[in-house]
Amino acid sequence: MTRRPTEGGRLVIRGGRILDPSQERDGVFDCLIENGRITAIGAKLAADGAEVFDAAGQWVVPGFVDLHAHLRVPGQEYKEDLASGGAAAVAGGFTQVACMANTDPVNDDPSVTQYILDRAAKESLARIHPIAAATRGLAGQVMTEMVALRRAGAVAFSDDGATIMDAGVMRRVLEYSTLVDVPVIVHAEDCNLRGHGVVHEGAVATRLGLPGNPAAAEEIMVARDIRLAEWTGAHLHVAHVSTAGAVESIRRAREAGVRVTAEVTPHHLTLTDAATMTFDTSTRVAPPLRSARHVEALRRGLAEGVIDAIATDHAPHATYEKEVEFTEAPPGMIGLETALAVCLQLVREGVLSPLELVRRLSTNPARVLGLEGGSLAVGAEADIVLVDPERIWTYDPGRGHSKSRNSPWADQRLTGRVVATFVAGRIAYGFEHKDEHKDEHKDERGVPNR
Amino acid sequence: MIGRDILGIEDLSRAEIELILETAERMQEIGTREVKKVPTLRGRTLINLFFEPSTRTQTSFEIAGKRLAADVVNFSVSGSSVTKRETLLDTAKTLDAMDPDCVIVRHKVAGVPHRLAAVLGAPVINAGDGAHEHPSQALLDLLTVKEQKGRIEGLTVTIVGDIAHSRVARSNIYGFSKLGAEVRVAGPPTMLPAEIESLGVKSYTNLREAIEGADVVMALRIQMERLEGACFPSVREYAATFGLDRKKLRFAKEDAIVMHPGPVNRGVELSHELADHRPSVILDQVRNGVALRMALLYLVAGRRRKAGGVESRAASATGEE
Repeated sequence: MTRRPTEGGRLVIRGGRILDPSQERDGVFDCLIENGRITAIGAKLAADGAEVFDAAGQWVVPGFVDLHAHLRVPGQEYKEDLASGGAAAVAGGFTQVACMANTDPVNDDPSVTQYILDRAAKESLARIHPIAAATRGLAGQVMTEMVALRRAGAVAFSDDGATIMDAGVMRRVLEYSTLVDVPVIVHAEDCNLRGHGVVHEGAVATRLGLPGNPAAAEEIMVARDIRLAEWTGAHLHVAHVSTAGAVESIRRAREAGVRVTAEVTPHHLTLTDAATMTFDTSTRVAPPLRSARHVEALRRGLAEGVIDAIATDHAPHATYEKEVEFTEAPPGMIGLETALAVCLQLVREGVLSPLELVRRLSTNPARVLGLEGGSLAVGAEADIVLVDPERIWTYDPGRGHSKSRNSPWADQRLTGRVVATFVAGRIAYGFEHKDEHKDEHKDERGVPNR
Repeated sequence: MIGRDILGIEDLSRAEIELILETAERMQEIGTREVKKVPTLRGRTLINLFFEPSTRTQTSFEIAGKRLAADVVNFSVSGSSVTKRETLLDTAKTLDAMDPDCVIVRHKVAGVPHRLAAVLGAPVINAGDGAHEHPSQALLDLLTVKEQKGRIEGLTVTIVGDIAHSRVARSNIYGFSKLGAEVRVAGPPTMLPAEIESLGVKSYTNLREAIEGADVVMALRIQMERLEGACFPSVREYAATFGLDRKKLRFAKEDAIVMHPGPVNRGVELSHELADHRPSVILDQVRNGVALRMALLYLVAGRRRKAGGVESRAASATGEE
């Protein structure tokens, strides 16, 4: 699907429930878009000559911003590329996506950052923001050229899954990052304590006989990095928080004024380690799915604003790479296309109001990275998503936009769906135009695993 | 019971376990005949699919199959599917195309038999998956205790050693608990997995307290090469603290029996004397293993293939109806 310019650059989104956290706005209004920007929000806007989208019964929200995705370019295009990843993003309501540096070659050089941006401009329906490596080759030893990378377009620095174990290196990375003043994003996990652990260390791991990864491995590293951030004054962003202890450390740090922000994934908010009982390798993620106690703490942290944002950690892997032993399967699951529906569960369960959910999917993550977006204010770029929060559909990754299928929600019924996504006022995804999933549940398929 | 996989004791009901044990008791007699063969599974093909070498378990299943007149084929694979660049599904498809009536799977990673069972047309028997389950071992242990003690209900069973890495421990915890025994586990804290008491056992780090009043003491094999220095400081210290000998056994009931899944590290888990003499029943366990596996094969492989199998499931997975 290509971007289709709207007629005369004018369109009206009519009668939807506008949810704009940047202005604390929640109400039924029309939204006028001209030349890619929002030019008016109000009741009964005149639509003469404009294309009209009827959004009655739908939410009209600013485009979601994903702080954490693996789009696999360059080098692993068999898993995902910027066309497929971008299409998956807009299908899930994400108009901006930050992509991690663990590519091949690693995004540790301005030429790689530039390459990603050049390809994105040609291929991606969503706006792509490369996150550069914090150390060369993700080796945790020599810091990258942050100034040059920032100039080339990097929005943050991260070694992600290759946690910087050397506290001395981490200190220097954080210190130096204040030169460019963008966040250093950490996958906080003590590798020695984790060992070969693949599932949360607890009752489920004990039952399954799979090696456990203790909560303390994350909690210790979050505490270390917060202390270093406090010392250096850097902006630390904690990726995919998964433990109660990490939430507590972040809460105390923020109260003390440390510059720490944090994200949590839809899967850590809605699944427990019990989901691994089938040995389905799509449930193998890093950090692992935790026990109910931790999930509860994450939800509370998210609701209370200790955790700023929801990020997908969209991690595509080829089917053959996942059809192996649980311990051998590469960690990660895809999430761009399911994030909204999965997170709407939090609204139905009273954890977040609709406005607060949108804040954590859009406004807050845009602020974490200092991006434009996350707002439907007059004058803002028209990155807009229409959501039908009640639509029931069956997610079929084989018919989705991502190249990969590793999702624990495969073949499951989900409630809530993106109807249309606009990027800069142009329609990038339209549910009515191309229905790749089953909207109604016609084909009762068995659960793939016993 | 007939018509399903045997993946773990956790999945079996008490009645199913009792049926297996009663069937095994009838099978024991066949091993005492001069001609140790009955035609029960004639014309059936059993595949021993071993991704991890295990001469004892593989031989026991092979003899069990042959005593029931089945054709037993050993299919050994080494290395993980990643190093072979062959997925588990590829392996399953290959085997399924050979139309086996039962596939017996051993793998060093938990869950592999479950993943194969989900796609294979033939029933799967788990012959040990990682540190998860080893149902035929637990069933033969139950058979042996029942033979020695006349009952399981009301007994106290203490499992000593590396509980964290032991599939034998997990299967026995489920098996003995389901049949009404009290199960205790004991070992150094580094070998007791997180929240082990959630499985319904009491855990001990003091051997004497753990075997106090026990009817059965089961010692587990220690992986000395892998764990020395990591989970216990030295073999010498392990043997002194958690190794069983006659002196320590005095704290158990007077008529307590000693079990071990084999092979024994002599002088480590068990003293030489205990390894060779009563009250250890190690060779009874081995002997009963054949009868027990005959019972499993009879109950599982005597049926027809599951409808479907790999091809139809693969078709539905890709949306082609």
